Amino acid sequence: MIEPKHIKIRVRNLHKSFGSKVVLNGLDLDVARGESVVVIGGSGTGKSVLLKCILGIIRPDSGSIQVDGKEVTELSSSERDEMMLKFGMLFQGSALFDSLKVWENVAFGLIQARGMDRDQAHDIAIHKLAQVGLAPEVGELSPAELSGGMQKRVALARAIAAEPEIIFFDEPTTGLDPIMGDVINDLIVKSVRELGATTLSITHDLASARKIAHRIAMLHMGKIIWSGPVESIDRSGNDYVDQFIHGRAEGPIKMQVSR
Amino acid sequence: MSDTSSSEAPFLVRLCAPVGRVFMSFLANVGSIAIFTGRALIHCVTPPFYWRLVVRQMIDIGYYSLPVVGLTAIFTGMVLALQSYSGFSRFSAEGAVATVVVLSMTRELGPVLAGLMVAGRIGASMAAEIGTMRVTEQIDALTTLSTNPFKYLVAPRLIAGLAMMPLLVLVADIIGVFGGFLIGVNKLNFNPANYLTRTFEFLETKDVVSGLVKAACFGFVISLMGCYHGYNSRGGAQGVGTATINAVVSALILILVFNYLITELFFSK
Repeated sequence: MIEPKHIKIRVRNLHKSFGSKVVLNGLDLDVARGESVVVIGGSGTGKSVLLKCILGIIRPDSGSIQVDGKEVTELSSSERDEMMLKFGMLFQGSALFDSLKVWENVAFGLIQARGMDRDQAHDIAIHKLAQVGLAPEVGELSPAELSGGMQKRVALARAIAAEPEIIFFDEPTTGLDPIMGDVINDLIVKSVRELGATTLSITHDLASARKIAHRIAMLHMGKIIWSGPVESIDRSGNDYVDQFIHGRAEGPIKMQVSR
Repeated sequence: MSDTSSSEAPFLVRLCAPVGRVFMSFLANVGSIAIFTGRALIHCVTPPFYWRLVVRQMIDIGYYSLPVVGLTAIFTGMVLALQSYSGFSRFSAEGAVATVVVLSMTRELGPVLAGLMVAGRIGASMAAEIGTMRVTEQIDALTTLSTNPFKYLVAPRLIAGLAMMPLLVLVADIIGVFGGFLIGVNKLNFNPANYLTRTFEFLETKDVVSGLVKAACFGFVISLMGCYHGYNSRGGAQGVGTATINAVVSALILILVFNYLITELFFSK
């Protein structure tokens, strides 16, 4: 569907098991340059594992992952550090460094990985905090002093601080109230548009998915079972997708409530 | 058929299976610690280096451990003087008190007791800190910010542990000998000058050096266990708690094992 030269991330036949539990079972996914893809799926279907495989935090059992046409599953640790310069990631729990001040968190990638001097990085960090609607004074606080929504914004500022080409969002709105969730969604859409970045998000929050996605892909049993433009999600003709977006307990997807 | 084999074998199998399982998991642990150590050492000697973090760890391990190590050392020196005096007086060898104090402190008690105290203080804090970073995804976040967690978290702690423990032990040696001196002069009525002469009379470079080598080794082991167990912690608060216990217990045991091995290396004829 997408021309090969426009593909930013290409995942082919990805497998990953933990012990006897198969999490990814031959997953294929393409993300085009500048595209925002949202992967939806139930809890425990391997959405986070997919992101962590692409980032190299988890090593897949088999399969191929290409970023800009380069195979990333076999990179050495220094090559991987270098490739990571293209990436930004917003973690589900924000994952801010609690030993550092807020501005140092935002400037972390600039100072540690790109060797920028602290004064310059400080200015950029304050600017990025302003972009996500936080005052400069917040920069001097420690992450533990912030509310969950503010932490999420700081984490977003950190993810976009180095102006990455690719940004991953892991459940960006989980744990926030609907209004703060929408604020975060708006910030994501705005920052991604400004950067022209390619994004891959995972969520089970459909409101969030509808807002930030160009294309939605549904992950079930370790495979992408449906993917299409965000407008077509309501008439996908796929029973699994229908069950998921309407949040019905009855349907082809059987939740394993007890074992 | 399967019934008989499972009722015939069970006693022996049930007896041996846990032993085998424990042994296999022990081997797996040794292997994974060895791999962890290898990776950590490579990252200690390849750039980039995070000197600010090394200095911060050095202050944490060296400076902030001084009070607890100093207190341990002074009371150990004092009790050594008392004990050896009352023991040696049974065969009129009271004159050896100064020598016994200085040799025991520099060779054994200085490094071992400082090691045990620092293991409790530093090993636990490293495991808890790194373990919390692991379970809150901060270590993954480091990776996505192009910062190698081994270089950023592990290497500074190993370098600082290796460098600061000998200094701490040197201070502990001096304080311990001073504790013995205090008791010797004030309570046991030794002549101060005499006591000092006896202190240095039989002291060899090797006594002090062997203690400092031990200290460096203990410092490395404490940091390594703290980092290893923290780095591999799993599953929330409970996992961090387990990691902390494992870090301290394994460091304490390894300190005692290495203490014997290094003594053997230096002093066995």
